[in-house]
Amino acid sequence: METVKIEIPVMADLFARGEKPEYLFWVGCAGAYDDRYKKVAGAFAKILTHLKVSFAVLGKEETCTGDPARRAGNEMLYQMQAFQNIEIFKMYEVEKIITICPHCYNIFKNEYPDLGGHYEVISYVEFLDKQIANGKLKLNLSKFANDRITYHDPCYLGRANGIYDDPRRVLRALTTNLIEMDRNRSFALCCGAGGGQMFKEAEKGEKEVFIERTEDALKINPQIIATSCPFCMTMMTDGIKYKNKEEEIKNYDIAELVALSLGL
Amino acid sequence: MVSQIIFAIALLITLSIFAFTTWRYVRLFMLTQPAFRVRNFGKRFGLMMKVAIGQTKMFRRPILGLIHALVFWGFLVILIGSIEMVIDGLAGLERSLSVLGWFYNFIIASGDVFAIIIVVAIAIFLSRRLFMHVKRFEGIEMKRISHVDANVALTIILLLMISLLGLNASYVAYQTATNGTIHGYFPIGNYLAGLFGNMSLAVIHTHHQVYWWSHILLIFVFANLLPYSKHFHVFMSVPNVFLSRLEPLGKLPNMENVTREVKIMMNPETAYAAAPANAPIERFGVRDAEDASWKSYLDSLSCTECGRCTSVCPANITGKKLSPRKVMMDLRARMKEKRNGLIAQGKEYSDGKSLLRDYISEEELWACTTCNACAQECPINIDHPKLIVDMRRYLVMEEGSAPGELKAVFSNIENNGAPWQYSPEDRLIWAENLEMNKV
Repeated sequence: METVKIEIPVMADLFARGEKPEYLFWVGCAGAYDDRYKKVAGAFAKILTHLKVSFAVLGKEETCTGDPARRAGNEMLYQMQAFQNIEIFKMYEVEKIITICPHCYNIFKNEYPDLGGHYEVISYVEFLDKQIANGKLKLNLSKFANDRITYHDPCYLGRANGIYDDPRRVLRALTTNLIEMDRNRSFALCCGAGGGQMFKEAEKGEKEVFIERTEDALKINPQIIATSCPFCMTMMTDGIKYKNKEEEIKNYDIAELVALSLGL
Repeated sequence: MVSQIIFAIALLITLSIFAFTTWRYVRLFMLTQPAFRVRNFGKRFGLMMKVAIGQTKMFRRPILGLIHALVFWGFLVILIGSIEMVIDGLAGLERSLSVLGWFYNFIIASGDVFAIIIVVAIAIFLSRRLFMHVKRFEGIEMKRISHVDANVALTIILLLMISLLGLNASYVAYQTATNGTIHGYFPIGNYLAGLFGNMSLAVIHTHHQVYWWSHILLIFVFANLLPYSKHFHVFMSVPNVFLSRLEPLGKLPNMENVTREVKIMMNPETAYAAAPANAPIERFGVRDAEDASWKSYLDSLSCTECGRCTSVCPANITGKKLSPRKVMMDLRARMKEKRNGLIAQGKEYSDGKSLLRDYISEEELWACTTCNACAQECPINIDHPKLIVDMRRYLVMEEGSAPGELKAVFSNIENNGAPWQYSPEDRLIWAENLEMNKV
């Protein structure tokens, strides 16, 4: 198949040319540096390009939202990061932000307003759901039609912000075989990586949280575990490896599944 | 007349003790920290009707949720009957609220039926606690006193209901025997009245008196025991729901005092200026009970130790030391330990101990994933992660103490704007050589 090279628009370049994109695509640290999540950033960028959405990334000007610092108690560092970001957003007249990380989504949507940063914050999951609903994204059902897909709710989309239906609608547009773990939606078990846990060893216990969660998934025997958070992805992929199920079960991000189904 | 005077004295004693207890709690609340301004009364009322009165979050566990809801709704109905008893007792009347007509009949009939439902419910609750090994009722924080506390409260409720049923039945029996008018409907009382069938009028009357007095005096005693037990829940849970934080669970409240400091630091003109001499020394985060917000303290007083929070906590499920229920119980216990000193000497009081470390260890605090499963699960909207993060804030900002890996995350964010040690120059590597199929 013929391929085309994608140029990801960078905010500074657009502004130098006097252009202003509609959306800021906030890639997040995981999208920028985590080898696995870089692919998710790529997949979502392909979808945005495919839809001819007017967007740009901050690139080298992007910096941590402050979420891991804040949840680990370092309010001082969080607020310094937040004010820095708010300044950059002001400079580029940012109004709409799309994120591919629930932690970034939550902090922009719920916590930046307290420091004077008011934006329309959109999770890529909401965005994909809308684009499918309005017919702009025409998914190819044959790709995953019969695959048993289960969805692991990330805490920061689910309980934190009540986004349970959007990801499920996206997945139902891909497969007729969406299956639920026993603990799902607001009952979903955390992957174990939130609140700064991603970056540290777990406290002493009998078990790792990600193994407990992977076992939830294994019980219903899925072919694909769909995630929508970089930390959850790390955890679930590790869990699948730990259980030696890499052959039978794949872990994809929702954006990757959509991009694959579109044949991008 | 004599009985009226005795009743008035009993009521006065009850109210005096209750006022004293309330006053002490108010003093303690005045020492706690601000949380948020209470606004949106309409929204709060709706939330209270749904979550507290409607018991919606209890139904996350449908069977036990329903049993609890029946007990709660029964309480609400029976409460009206108790108010009537106070009026009757003071005024020397009998069934004074019967002037309310059909509404009275409805309330009395419901209360009569609820009483027997509650007896069954309490029997189930007691047998779960006494004979079944329910995991939710165990844990490091569940000491003997917690179990005794629960069983005492359940037993008192059981006695309250038995005395109410006896009261209703003897009332029906007495009125029937004397051809008097029966005010209210008694579906269960009518049936139980048969038990008094071959007793003399005087004996039935004595029965009625004994049930009446034991019921109301039990209420008076119970009302004054509650504030000193975990069953303070009965009073505090509805206000606690009404005073819930209305924001999404994912939102942490902003620390205004940090915002002020950060703004000073970021402004080159003020960054190195000396602090104003009269600025009070502020503590960031929570080290001891009085550092907690009034909302966290209210949360702790409302907790009835049901353990739903701990049973869904990922850290606890996987054997870590953290138990969200323990965090709430510890705050309450620490405030209780310190209250006499705090009330006498105010914030200056110290006993050399603190909530942090003497009650809640760093190991517990660092095990939290801030997943909010506990807060989601709590039937009365207790916000455990808020307090946990507040205690982390103290550790990090006042003591500079955190697990080594998190300290590394802080310095990475400071130095290169990411939790990992990568250069900002590399932020676009993912976008290099990105190709897409033409579709």
